Amino acid sequence: MSETPSGKPPEKPSGTSSPSAARGSSPGLGHGPGRLLLTVYAVFAVGATSRSVYQLATRFEEAPLAYVLSAIAAVVYVVITVALARGGESARGVATVGCAAELFGVLTIGTWTVLDPSAFPDSTVWSNYGLGYLLLPLVLPVVGLVWLRRSRTAERAA
Amino acid sequence: MFTPLTVAVAVAALALAAWCGFAAYRDQPTKDWHFAGMAVVTALALVQLIVGVVRLARGEQPDGGTVVFVGYLLGVVACVPAVGFMSLAERTRWGSATVAAGAVVMAVLQVRLYDVWGGGGHV
Repeated sequence: MSETPSGKPPEKPSGTSSPSAARGSSPGLGHGPGRLLLTVYAVFAVGATSRSVYQLATRFEEAPLAYVLSAIAAVVYVVITVALARGGESARGVATVGCAAELFGVLTIGTWTVLDPSAFPDSTVWSNYGLGYLLLPLVLPVVGLVWLRRSRTAERAA
Repeated sequence: MFTPLTVAVAVAALALAAWCGFAAYRDQPTKDWHFAGMAVVTALALVQLIVGVVRLARGEQPDGGTVVFVGYLLGVVACVPAVGFMSLAERTRWGSATVAAGAVVMAVLQVRLYDVWGGGGHV
């Protein structure tokens, strides 16, 4: 904290490349900005899965539709998280499909909950476009798709 | 549960988030001092876990259910170590940003923990 912004140390010499750059068939996917994206997806995966398991196990009858949709959302988040963590071209494809499904889901469920709130006695991650989660469920798939595209172009250029 | 502690953990987590967010802004990876900060925040979370378990053991019931409550307590403890390890493998500004994100999640979990315990009902 003692350094001033102007006293920023120079860029790392290329000889000491980060250990993460050395491994993995796809250096781009889960690294750099992808690491942050992976973390946020992991949080959603863990949160949505545990919440979903609990709801399905304890009070499925209360809001079957909401809880089934929550479970589907949880699966989508897990798939994307695993794909981002694994890396590689096939994982990129899986992650792209996952993000597209997530975007489709949040838009569909979001609109549905706005038009017909009575169908959902309990909320899902995607209710009201994910408003209860700071709209992150709506932002994430867009950022994800942009990142998946950008990291691929970067890899091709390299 | 024990509101002052909940507030303390939330404030500490947000401070860590701001600190690591600042490092990310300055294009710096996490450094030793950041890890010291993560250790402090995690220690607070462990204290919170112990306090929570003790209160459960004394027979107190969280409004949101014991399982959910313990789940959140464990989640709070896991947050910062998980992102700390991530930042060890990602020695760029994005490692710092990851820690900041994990710390924000931890602060949000404090709010949830407060709700699950039953709000201000039984401080």
